[in-house]
Amino acid sequence: MITRLFSFRGGVKPDAHKSESAHAPIAMAPMPERLIVPLRQSTRATARCIVQVGDLVLKGQRIGEPEGTLGTAVHAPTSGKVIEFGLHPLAHPSDLNTRCVVIEPDGADRWIERQVFDYHTASREQALAQLRDCGIVGLGGATFPSHVKLGRGTGIETLILNGAECEPWITCDDRLMRERARDILAGASILRDLIGARRLVIGIEDNKPEAIAAMQAAASNIDGETSVVAVPSLYPAGGEKQLIRVLTGIEIPYGKLGAEFGVQCFNVGTAHAVYRALAHGEPLLSRIVTLTGNVARAGNYEVLIGTPISHLLTLCGPKPDTDRTLMGGPMMGFALPRLDVPVVKGTNCIISASPALFPPPLPEQPCIRCGECARACPAELQPFELYWFSRAHNFGKAQEYNLFDCIECGCCSYVCPSHIPLVDYYRFAKSEIWAREREKSAADQARDRFEFRNFRQEREKEEKAAKLAAKAAETRAKLGDTPAPSTAAKADEDPKKALIAAALARAKAQKEAVQPRNTDQLSADTEAEIAEIDARRIKASLEDPAASGNPPSPDRSPESTP
Amino acid sequence: MIHSPYIRKPASVQRVMFNVLLALVPGIAAYVWQIGAGILVNIAIATLTAVAAEVIMLSLRKRPVMLAATDLSAVVTAWLVALAFPPIVPWWLTVLAVLVAIVAVKHLYGGLGQNPFNPAMAAYCTMIVAYPALMSQWPAAGTVDFATQLHLILGGARELDAVTGATALDALRTGLRANGSVATLLQSNTYGAVGGRGWEWIAAGYLLGGLFLLASRTITWHLPTGFLVGLGVTSGIFWLIHPEQFASPLFHLASGGAMLAAFFIVTDPVSGATTPRGKLIFAAGVGLIAYLIRAFGAYPEGIAFGVLLMNICVPLIDMKTQPAVFGHRGGRQP
Repeated sequence: MITRLFSFRGGVKPDAHKSESAHAPIAMAPMPERLIVPLRQSTRATARCIVQVGDLVLKGQRIGEPEGTLGTAVHAPTSGKVIEFGLHPLAHPSDLNTRCVVIEPDGADRWIERQVFDYHTASREQALAQLRDCGIVGLGGATFPSHVKLGRGTGIETLILNGAECEPWITCDDRLMRERARDILAGASILRDLIGARRLVIGIEDNKPEAIAAMQAAASNIDGETSVVAVPSLYPAGGEKQLIRVLTGIEIPYGKLGAEFGVQCFNVGTAHAVYRALAHGEPLLSRIVTLTGNVARAGNYEVLIGTPISHLLTLCGPKPDTDRTLMGGPMMGFALPRLDVPVVKGTNCIISASPALFPPPLPEQPCIRCGECARACPAELQPFELYWFSRAHNFGKAQEYNLFDCIECGCCSYVCPSHIPLVDYYRFAKSEIWAREREKSAADQARDRFEFRNFRQEREKEEKAAKLAAKAAETRAKLGDTPAPSTAAKADEDPKKALIAAALARAKAQKEAVQPRNTDQLSADTEAEIAEIDARRIKASLEDPAASGNPPSPDRSPESTP
Repeated sequence: MIHSPYIRKPASVQRVMFNVLLALVPGIAAYVWQIGAGILVNIAIATLTAVAAEVIMLSLRKRPVMLAATDLSAVVTAWLVALAFPPIVPWWLTVLAVLVAIVAVKHLYGGLGQNPFNPAMAAYCTMIVAYPALMSQWPAAGTVDFATQLHLILGGARELDAVTGATALDALRTGLRANGSVATLLQSNTYGAVGGRGWEWIAAGYLLGGLFLLASRTITWHLPTGFLVGLGVTSGIFWLIHPEQFASPLFHLASGGAMLAAFFIVTDPVSGATTPRGKLIFAAGVGLIAYLIRAFGAYPEGIAFGVLLMNICVPLIDMKTQPAVFGHRGGRQP
């Protein structure tokens, strides 16, 4: 079937360098001496360790429990002994540490008993839970949990499988498609059912004819509308939004998800992992990694998660003039700060870099506003404007010019005749904006806390007063001085006065308790005088003597005054 | 630490500038063939002055001298100054103009990439205001031999009537002011098939170089098209209204500095608009102003003023013509 192709603007055509490793069939990487399995295997989520040092684990045994909505389970890639649980550096430009379980393989590679999962009868929720428990994340590099992506709804029109692999040097998806097309298609078929898609489109760059042929052959075996489409080789055709644009014409703006536009996109490796998880109950324990660049033997290996990069490099044999090791492709990858870091689920390629293959950038020259970057930008931004704004710390203006639509593909830096590291400026501006937003939200939180504290203090004060008023009322009740319902209501309004009233009542009661003793010794004259005074007081207070059964009292409680 | 991308296209400012210089060669060759080799002397004077001024300014500004002095941007400015000026101006005028361009217009504003005005055109405007007589002496094709040209360039005495024919634009203008009609005026010896005799070949040379710049993706089609359409349509309107009083669009496009401006002047990226729509507006504006000055202003050629006036508008034009970015366009969904 013929699919009409669309195009995205911009893009560049760097030397593909696929031939170095594309011919090499996937080989199993030998078992390393120890596996360092990070518990952080998906974006923004770290699993909770459920094994202890000294435990014996089996291949596929769960060692990390998923936590949070973005969490996925982590498994032992082989059988062996847990020899350490602690912080290890992660393959990341920051060189930061993360919690890792270190396993010493026993060499037997003994599987845990795999639970057969029948995805034909399972509900959608059960299937998604199975994917989470099998640690399935996007293998294109972003490692976004697949069950979360799939959970974004059903009734999505189109499922896209991303086999573009547009970055130079990388061939892991190419080999996977050539060798395991049937499993990929089976996985795609499951994914299609899970999101209820009507059609399946597989996009592969036209520089991989063998992969296209293999996928086409496999596609003829599955039901439903399926097309394998050769897309023009133009970096970054494998960017999710770019591929969706090329295959469907739909443009997904920044901050929006494909699901909202009736399309979802998964990497071919992810589809393969989904198939293994749902049809065979196999958690994601390994992935295909391309080892290439300035090496003696470039190749593609199936590598256990947790295998140290340094161990892998012994397989390909970097040449003596290698000065750096890149993870990912040369356009968006990064130079590894150290080589004892483990392979993770997003590791698609390790490139040994030499100054000859990846020459150091030429000195930066002034921007001449030639607009070459704007012509190369697949997000259709004006990169040089963003550069001027970022350079001037004019971050508001940079955001106004859609800084956050930048996908950091590197096309602008690639073409810049002034050799300006443009992407670095955008990364800088973005992180500055994030930092400021964090600061602002921290300030907002502090203000909220302060305002709440004031509110709380005020509330406590009122509560205390109300309590006292209630106590006062109680006291009054004890004294038999039952205030009218209306006065009680007033007491609530004015607790302080109630408090005073209560104190006065107490004082009076005391006084009364004492008085009789005093009056015992009084003469009749004096008694008469007292009675007269009392009567005057009562009169003055306009208190109805009938209202109180007690002897005339000087209690001029405020609530009783009109 | 170096971040991605780790690979770069083999491109450089030098390469861009070199392409521009290369594209000027056909025009210069036609110039030498039609008018004489004097222009080469002017180009040499301008180039030496420009590079010297560049080096001095860079060292005064404490900038890396070697990298910037070899980026060829000053050479491009120098060549454009020489080509925009009459080929027989005295040497000191060229030197002065280049100094204005490099020192004042370029470096005082912050050097390469920072100047809001086109240096060559700013220099042209300065000089035509300061030395209107010297800036108006254009020899017609075959009227002045190389020895005389050299003599004049080196500051020799000028017998004005003997050496200057008027340019096509100038002659037309003077003729029209004297109540001549376009048709009769264009039959005079000053004119060739479409423009000034001899000068039309030079214009063809610039056009050829411009096509090379387009083919090598050094420039985009927007700026030349915008300029040529702006000039052509405006002149066309007046020509249709009153063909006796106004020359045809073809004449205007082939005369004066129109072709040089279309492919080499308005295409200066630093001082011009940058968005696709902005480029069209900017260049069309230059064409419009150039025509208005040619037809109604005090100077025979108005491109330089048009460029400077439109340079002023660039920030506004760019701001108002920002293209929609990927996914924010609406209406591009199938």
